[in-house]
Amino acid sequence: MSAPRRLVLLWALLALPAWGGEARPNAEDPQIEARLMRLAEDLRCLVCQNESLAGSRAELAEDLRREIREQMRQGKSDAEVIQYLTDRYGDFVLYRPPVKPVTYLLWAGPALFLGIGVGVWYLTLRRRRRLQATQSVSADELAQAARLLESEDK
Amino acid sequence: MKRFIPFLVFIALAVFLYLGLYLNPREVPSPFIGKPAPDFRLPVIGEPGRMFSPQEARGRVWLLNVWAPWCVSCRQEHPMLMQLKAAGVAIYGLNWKDKDGEAAALLARQGNPYVLTVDDRDGRVGIDYGVTGTPETFVIDKGGVIRMKHVGPITPQVWEKKFAPLMKELDA
Repeated sequence: MSAPRRLVLLWALLALPAWGGEARPNAEDPQIEARLMRLAEDLRCLVCQNESLAGSRAELAEDLRREIREQMRQGKSDAEVIQYLTDRYGDFVLYRPPVKPVTYLLWAGPALFLGIGVGVWYLTLRRRRRLQATQSVSADELAQAARLLESEDK
Repeated sequence: MKRFIPFLVFIALAVFLYLGLYLNPREVPSPFIGKPAPDFRLPVIGEPGRMFSPQEARGRVWLLNVWAPWCVSCRQEHPMLMQLKAAGVAIYGLNWKDKDGEAAALLARQGNPYVLTVDDRDGRVGIDYGVTGTPETFVIDKGGVIRMKHVGPITPQVWEKKFAPLMKELDA
């Protein structure tokens, strides 16, 4: 066998481990799949908590996607699916938590802090302006400053 | 006084952050507390043909312990469950996503702390209970209402602090 051929054969062997993970059975219905992905982007995977349900490879996320897929096939609306999930996992699954008494602070927080910041900023500016207005410089002080500057020059 | 304000703000923030270090992100508030335990009908492991539904446990205080043979912290919890069984606590097992069906062999080998264990092979009932991992334990009262949920293994300390007072109250 010639050297190049042998090389080709070797390369073929090398390619073997590239099997990798088996492709997940993708939904037969691309429309449902698109809906699922859109919905799952805004849902939290509860195992790896900073991933979305759409992106997670955790087993529970796969199970939940399967569940959602089935419910969509049964004709459930997005709202009904979300209700199903929050009934079981609480508002924590939602990346967009609903506005209700316990989440008022969460929703208003950023605006509140911005308000406090603007308030502090305003007060500081006002105080500084008042200081500047009251502290006028007398002729004596000007003469003293000039003397100091001159002595610097020497 | 005024110049201490930034310092006080810093202290407050530090306290919050410090407390945050010790919060368990897995302890998600469960929406099930105070609600009836979701119903199910699942085959009982080791008793072919027998089905179990939570209705059967009505009238007693019981624990639903979600576990799996592949779960390491469940094994850490196992001796504690054996002790509880010896103390007369009714523990029902939910064998979660045990695709290989290893639970029966494992229980025979290591001892069985459960009144019975049901087989939730595809994890559906687990989802109905909002399970995110194993072990998780639910305390269910005589009327079939979930009173408490614990995420993670039951250690003697956890039992003393979280479970024992509640069990005493419910048993009364």
